Amino acid sequence: MIRHLLSGADLDADTATEILDTAAEMATVAGREIKKLPALRGRTVVNLFYEDSTRTRISFEAAAKRLSADVINFSAKGSSVTKGESLKDTALTLQAMGADAVVVRHPASGAPHRLANWVDGSVVNAGDGTHEHPTQALLDAYTMRARLGRLAGLSVAVVGDVLHSRVARSNVLLLSTLGAKVTLVGPPTLIPVDITAALAPGTDVSYDLDSVLPNADVVMMLRVQRERMNDSYFPSAREYARRYGLDGPRMRRLPEHAIVMHPGPMNRGMEITPEVADSPRSTIVEQVTNGVSVRMAVLYLLLGGNNR
Amino acid sequence: MTAYLITSVSVVGAAPTDLLIRDGVVAEVGPGLSAPDATVIDGTGLVALPGLVDLHTHLREPGREDAETVESGSRAAALGGYTAVCAMANTSPVADTAGVVEQVWRLGREAALVDVQPIGAVTVGLAGERLAELGAMADSAARVRIFSDDGHCVADPKLMRRALEYVKAFDGIIAQHAEEPRLTEGAQMHEGEVSTRLGLIGWPAVAEEAIIARDVLLAEHVGSRLHVCHVSTAGSVEVLRHAKARGVRVTAEVTPHHLLLTDERAETYDPVFKVNPPLRTAADITALRAALADGVIDVIATDHAPHAVEDKECEWAYARPGMLGLETALSIALDVLGPEWDLIAERMSRAPARIAGLPGHGVDPAPGVPANLTLIDPAARRTIEPAELASRSRNTPYARMTLPGRIVATFLRGEPTVLDGKAVK
Repeated sequence: MIRHLLSGADLDADTATEILDTAAEMATVAGREIKKLPALRGRTVVNLFYEDSTRTRISFEAAAKRLSADVINFSAKGSSVTKGESLKDTALTLQAMGADAVVVRHPASGAPHRLANWVDGSVVNAGDGTHEHPTQALLDAYTMRARLGRLAGLSVAVVGDVLHSRVARSNVLLLSTLGAKVTLVGPPTLIPVDITAALAPGTDVSYDLDSVLPNADVVMMLRVQRERMNDSYFPSAREYARRYGLDGPRMRRLPEHAIVMHPGPMNRGMEITPEVADSPRSTIVEQVTNGVSVRMAVLYLLLGGNNR
Repeated sequence: MTAYLITSVSVVGAAPTDLLIRDGVVAEVGPGLSAPDATVIDGTGLVALPGLVDLHTHLREPGREDAETVESGSRAAALGGYTAVCAMANTSPVADTAGVVEQVWRLGREAALVDVQPIGAVTVGLAGERLAELGAMADSAARVRIFSDDGHCVADPKLMRRALEYVKAFDGIIAQHAEEPRLTEGAQMHEGEVSTRLGLIGWPAVAEEAIIARDVLLAEHVGSRLHVCHVSTAGSVEVLRHAKARGVRVTAEVTPHHLLLTDERAETYDPVFKVNPPLRTAADITALRAALADGVIDVIATDHAPHAVEDKECEWAYARPGMLGLETALSIALDVLGPEWDLIAERMSRAPARIAGLPGHGVDPAPGVPANLTLIDPAARRTIEPAELASRSRNTPYARMTLPGRIVATFLRGEPTVLDGKAVK
């Protein structure tokens, strides 16, 4: 097993599949009356969050607690330069406390990679800047596999602000490794340069959502911040929603079996309408549930729970 | 004053000969010299070059003496084979008045390891809003001729035009940090495949090229001298080639790191590789090397940018941009260009001395010229250890790399500043 989980690229197909299979076992725990395993008893997991992210933090917290780990939540808002302790000093502090794993969310891309140089424990990237969010990609893959029965050969459309999305980067890397075909869809201003060469050669790019939908098994809608229009990425929220938002009529262009995903939090009415978000095709709530199982699997495997 | 007799030394790559240094000048050049009173340096296998001249050095004093001082930077320069450096204006306070440039100039004189020629800011506080007192800096004891807001671009086209025009009165030159700021907001590295993969905001090549294109046209329009700092892209080379063919009075520099390192270095997120302009691609390196050989780029300048440990041992986005250069520049040039001694002398000594207007520098050793020269052992190889550098900072991108060439000695007006590879003070 790998020591850190920093990027979707850290996972080969076998390792990713092992995590998804382990997550499926972990999911059975959630159905029990006592939702707890002793696997990580006596181990310490630190949630080091430099950004507000209640859903990701509590997902990791629940995962670690269900494995009986001791959980320390360390909220360190504010950049290391402007105020407070540097990331390195924080890392040395966590090291001195004997953290076995550090789950880090940080506004700066690459911060988990830096942290991994300074601590002996495992580092799990829980979202770094506009870079990656590998456990989100794992829970998305898990959800697709659970709903559609496979990953190899699936056509997955990832729609929206790819440029600023750590979810998109990790999904492209992981889904490509697992044999799915990804098409990135959005206005050209929100598709980063050389994305195909940068991440996965088999990836497609389209600026036309309607042409992609009839062949998609999965549509993953990314959160788009309204403020992006102030930086001329698109003219207005209304135009964005009209060209790239998923509404009822568009949803009905999808194949019968296709599912709609969103990593949350949603902007209802912007990238997705309530009709779509609340439809049976939507996996949004399942994604949250699966997130706990997948993070249990990641912590369990990284901390060597399977070697005991 | 001690005399020095350097025996069997190759002057700028020519057949070995002897060099006698006496009373601050090169007294004699020729085979079989003898001078009983002189200290003899065996120059066998060594190459003598005119002392190197750096058009682009950050000495950090006043303001960030924890990162570098005029003295420590001067020592690093001498150890790198330099006899003159041009000190950039982005200190704290900014070198935008006669008082500050004279302070830097005086500190350089006191250190007496290289000639420190201050560069003055173009605009007050580097703010890009109104002209600093360029004439007062020109008339000061520091005799400033190069003006630059380096670190910031003089982005306002009207202000740039006025600056170019105004310095004609004292044969000044504007050295532009070419970066259209609206195209590089929040930028962290070269915009391309690697920035996309790393999720770092890109610094597109066009942000540099658009400013250079504008500035060469402005310089042509007002008939002024423009110098372009740290050219980093293939497209910039093409713009410069076009401008030079039209007869625009433009010169350009490239840094050692832009000749050697690519944006892939960012993949570790180690900010020692964060620099502005950013490391570019292999195709850019190829174009920059070709431009250096054919003269579209006139100068190798270090952009030596010392930073304190805490400004680099952090997240990439929060780190300050810049890397050390003075103590490794000659080795990188040798690595990139090979033993093309005349080309190295031209790009690292003669041309920068000419652009900066530094009399006595950039002149090949010959009878009667000031003895500003350096001796290089081209056969030596050395492994760069950050802790062994003379700079106060440690942010070299070449840590633990093995590079060709070693500076054996450097002379400033006949006085050694470096002997046996060590600074004399």
